[in-house]
Amino acid sequence: MSDILAQSDDTTTLIPIQPLPWRRRVGRFFQSLAFRRIAVLVAVAVLWEIAARIQNNPIMLPSFLEAGQAFLDASLNEGLLLSALGSLYVLLKGYLLALVLGTLLVSFAVANGFLRDALQTIAAMLNPLPAIALLPLAMLWFGLGEKSLLFVLVNAVVWPFALAALQGFEGVPETHRLVGRNYGLTGIRYVRHILVPSALPSLISGMRVGWAFAWRTLIAAELVFGISSSSGGLGWFIFRARNELFTDRVFAGLATVILIGLLVEAVVFRGLETITVRRWGALR
Amino acid sequence: MLAPTPVLESAQPTTTELVFEVRGLTLDYETERGIVRAVDRVDFSIAQGERLVLLGPSGCGKSSILKAAAGFLKPAGGSLRLRGREITGPGPDRIVVFQEFDQLLPWKTVIDNVAFPLLVARGLSRKEARERARAALSRVGLTRVLDQFPHTLSGGMKQRAAIARALATEPDILLMDEPFAALDALTRLQMQADLIEIADELNITLLFVTHAIDEAVILGTRLHLLSAHPGRTITTFDTSAFGPEDVGSVAFETIARDVHRALFERKGARA
Repeated sequence: MSDILAQSDDTTTLIPIQPLPWRRRVGRFFQSLAFRRIAVLVAVAVLWEIAARIQNNPIMLPSFLEAGQAFLDASLNEGLLLSALGSLYVLLKGYLLALVLGTLLVSFAVANGFLRDALQTIAAMLNPLPAIALLPLAMLWFGLGEKSLLFVLVNAVVWPFALAALQGFEGVPETHRLVGRNYGLTGIRYVRHILVPSALPSLISGMRVGWAFAWRTLIAAELVFGISSSSGGLGWFIFRARNELFTDRVFAGLATVILIGLLVEAVVFRGLETITVRRWGALR
Repeated sequence: MLAPTPVLESAQPTTTELVFEVRGLTLDYETERGIVRAVDRVDFSIAQGERLVLLGPSGCGKSSILKAAAGFLKPAGGSLRLRGREITGPGPDRIVVFQEFDQLLPWKTVIDNVAFPLLVARGLSRKEARERARAALSRVGLTRVLDQFPHTLSGGMKQRAAIARALATEPDILLMDEPFAALDALTRLQMQADLIEIADELNITLLFVTHAIDEAVILGTRLHLLSAHPGRTITTFDTSAFGPEDVGSVAFETIARDVHRALFERKGARA
């Protein structure tokens, strides 16, 4: 089998003939997403600082540095980070509950054509409804407290996740299915070895959309009432700070919401994609 | 000659074992407008080490026959037997090599793709499976891309890896559905030569589907010609004497012309 073509075929592992010139290295650094993101954040901070100094009214618009100071202050003395942790804890509970529920629903839907159409119809009905609109109803049914929050959270996550997952499973290429069946895979082994990895790009994107919905829904719900009377949560922190006209703390709370959102997106989801679908060439 | 001629048992080499047997195979498709007959009472059999090529125009049901052989499609009539056992569903004793490049699972490296059926269908240990995968890959000339993901491979390399995966599983019969149709001409020639070499070396039993006459004559030891709409047997040719080195020779051109005529005149007669 030592033929010319097989050898020429084997050269995808290209070895560089020389290192990249430093100009191109710098150029590549400026093109990287990390650099561009940081540049945008710095620009926003500078513009904010300038606008606040011109306005010169810390009750309406505290400057970036004041908000930063308030952030440190609130983290150390006012339990801002504890509030954030409290929010994240509830969020994680609702999120995981919704993923389990969504996975169950989708499994039934994948197994049965009628259930699939049923799930698609219900998800299409409930998906456009902002989950926060269910809060009054949730309060009526479950009272003030975590149960209501979980109800709203699950609603925020389960429908977009189920729709994306269903779409992913339906989009599994025929060849992948045939390969799996060819090896005699059936039932749960077929799902685990073929359907789930093949649908993973859609599953991750569904989880990501679900996360974003959950996070904003939770903060909105907390603005109405805290997780419980004792520990507030991030939304409650913002609401309280506004009541007391600590506008710099309001900004510090908002910044925390944004930072946590960005962090989860950049670390958890991007990381998950990097070790899976990006490596597989399913996503650029 | 143009009437459907069942393959005579006497035409089979009697010394070798019969591996695959198709009797009166009829395949139907359900469409919006009703039941369509794709394949009508086709018979053939393949002995150990034989390479039977199903050849015909599109619509002759050759791919459907291969799907039925793989167990993906239930026959409406007739039977398919592998070593005497009736085929009732898909199984790793018949490995399919598809035309599509995405038959390699994109979430597995090349070596893991080849080891995959050994793990899930043959129940080998991870170490054993990878060892056999490595051996199969070096047989098809892929040794430097073991840990790469399929999307970094050329089309030819993907098909080589798919063939390695099929070889490693050591099926009773190898089923190939136009595996080289999407390759460029040079790569295709090389792959055909390599496939014959490997098949001879390992005494592989092969059912190969194509619509290219020269490919059929080069690869096959026997051709089974099918007409279209519905797929019916036209005739069979013995091409065991021809290999890739005969391309362009007078004898090769003659048999290619005969095959072409057998397919073409049938069409003409129906028009």
